Amino acid sequence: MSNVFILVDLQGDAVSKTTAELATAGARMGDVTAIVVAAPGKSGAVVSALTGPISSAICIESGDLATHGVPAYADLISQIVLEKKPSALLIASHAFGKEIAARVAIATDSGIITDAVDVAADGTATQLVFGGSTTVHSKISHGVSIMTIRANTIEANTAPASPAVENIGKSVSDGAKKATITSTQPFVKGGRPELTEANIVVSGGRGTNGDFAAVEGFADALGAAVGASRAATDAGWYPHTHQVGQTGKTVSPQLYVACGISGAIQHRAGMQTSKTIVVVNKDAEAPIFDIADFGVIGDLFAVLPKATEGVIARKS
Amino acid sequence: MKIAVCVKQVPDSWAEKKMINGTLDREGVDAVLNDLDEYAVEEALRIAEAHGGNEEGGANTVTIISMGPERATEAIRKALSMGANDAILISDSALAGADAITTSAVLAKVIETGGFDLVLCGTESTDARMSVVPAMISARLGWAQLTFAGSVVVDPAASTVAITRVTDAGVDSMGASFPAVLSVIEKINEPRYPSFKGIMASKKKTIDVRDCAAIGISVQGAWSVVADSAPRPARAAGIKVTDSGDGGKELVDFLAGKKLI
Ligand SMILES: Cc1cc2nc3c(=O)[nH]c(=O)nc-3n(C[C@H](O)[C@H](O)[C@H](O)COP(=O)(O)OP(=O)(O)OC[C@H]3O[C@@H](n4cnc5c(N)ncnc54)[C@H](O)[C@@H]3O)c2cc1C
Repeated sequence: MSNVFILVDLQGDAVSKTTAELATAGARMGDVTAIVVAAPGKSGAVVSALTGPISSAICIESGDLATHGVPAYADLISQIVLEKKPSALLIASHAFGKEIAARVAIATDSGIITDAVDVAADGTATQLVFGGSTTVHSKISHGVSIMTIRANTIEANTAPASPAVENIGKSVSDGAKKATITSTQPFVKGGRPELTEANIVVSGGRGTNGDFAAVEGFADALGAAVGASRAATDAGWYPHTHQVGQTGKTVSPQLYVACGISGAIQHRAGMQTSKTIVVVNKDAEAPIFDIADFGVIGDLFAVLPKATEGVIARKS
Repeated sequence: MKIAVCVKQVPDSWAEKKMINGTLDREGVDAVLNDLDEYAVEEALRIAEAHGGNEEGGANTVTIISMGPERATEAIRKALSMGANDAILISDSALAGADAITTSAVLAKVIETGGFDLVLCGTESTDARMSVVPAMISARLGWAQLTFAGSVVVDPAASTVAITRVTDAGVDSMGASFPAVLSVIEKINEPRYPSFKGIMASKKKTIDVRDCAAIGISVQGAWSVVADSAPRPARAAGIKVTDSGDGGKELVDFLAGKKLI
């Protein structure tokens, strides 16, 4: 059976939910080896937190990761890939994951597919392109199949993993140390679910006029993450990290609720593949209604509090 | 300083896009300069202007580099009319349908021979949306990678550049010596509109069009092969209600009916 690598996706020191999704996709193609790249002393805890169909783990620790970032990670991963020759390498599709995939592809002479939403046993990837309007199936024809997979698109098997662990000593090549990171400020996560991982996302736009209380209230009743349009993040009403769209995050939740958002193409590019889309907007002509499964023409400040009450009433 | 900016001509974001034989149909749609590359052009001009300008015979030059069909000169003209000095376009029928691996090889080859200090890119193209080319160029050239820059500070005397990297994960301060590959996010600046004077001046600027043989690269086929593509069925028309006091309740009933709560 072929050997498939997944890069364990970390948020700080914690293993993200996406990791089990990568493992589940990888197990369709072969035996899954989880690659843990971490700061010195950190990989043990990561391995014990792994879930999903993972048969073995390779741990590489380095003190250079924090100071040299993406190129350092990519360099260590490339060394392991060249040595162990897996058939595929699956990585989470975010800025960091895609840049690692890019550099490993160059270092290992491999093809690359980004933003897959599904992967078949023969390595065929499904992508949704052009703002989700077109489905493409493609496959890598050279080298290791390096694919990045979008969070929340593969139903994960999350049984605890007990992989055989191999610790490998490697050092970062000088060529990967050209840029130096002098300080890092991770974004502090609030109590709500992570935007790209959430089953439900409630987003607010210019229509909130800067008051996100109604949006947050509805989100909390649903256990949802909160998103925002660029109009809202540009105005400083909500942090940029919550922006959904072309230049923000791409989300594919079970339910996306757009409140006071007109539905510009750049916003749709980040949410159009949501399974169910619900809209609250006072302009009956807003283009967002074109992609809504259910739309309320109305004032979000009137509709959302009632909806919040309704959800809470049903839950109790 | 010699600064290069990599730009791409893309179908207008608002145009309906479709696939023909596994690649994007670029003929039938309006083509424009990738929005996100305008920020890179603007930032390159600002860097030049902060350190002696890029007037004829000045301290700096800003060169636009692009790969694409001959028609891509339209998008390049826009960058020139914003104020860039000159441009190189690599155009070759062998490059039609090129993947990111090939694109990065071509761009890196041109950059390598140009003696540049800094290369700026947008974070992604609005058509392919892979967001991998800047990292690939950096890896190919062995130059420092300073990507997702939300701010850039250059010190030409020391030949160094510092950025803040802004991604989902957080904000990093980082820096490197020249040469370096940067990508800039769309919050970094507000791209200027070309002035009338700029548009007129751009008509006299040189776009050096070269094919693969001229830059000394032989093209391999794409390493990711499209098996098939199909438009997704349009979302079925949904239910639309007007709120007259019950909108919130109706919304909750819909969610409950779908078993979403
Ligand atoms: C390069 C580039 C990248 C971009 N990237 C992104 C991106 O990543 N994400 C993104 O979202 N946008 C992005 N945009 C911007 C995008 O084009 C739109 O400008 C933006 O999405 C508009 O945000 P909005 O819908 O909140 O505001 P508007 O378009 O102003 O819409 C506000 C809506 O709220 C409704 N409304 C007002 N008051 C109420 C109320 N009380 N109750 C109910 N409804 C109300 C209005 O009817 C209107 O439909 C990008 C643009 C460019 C050029």
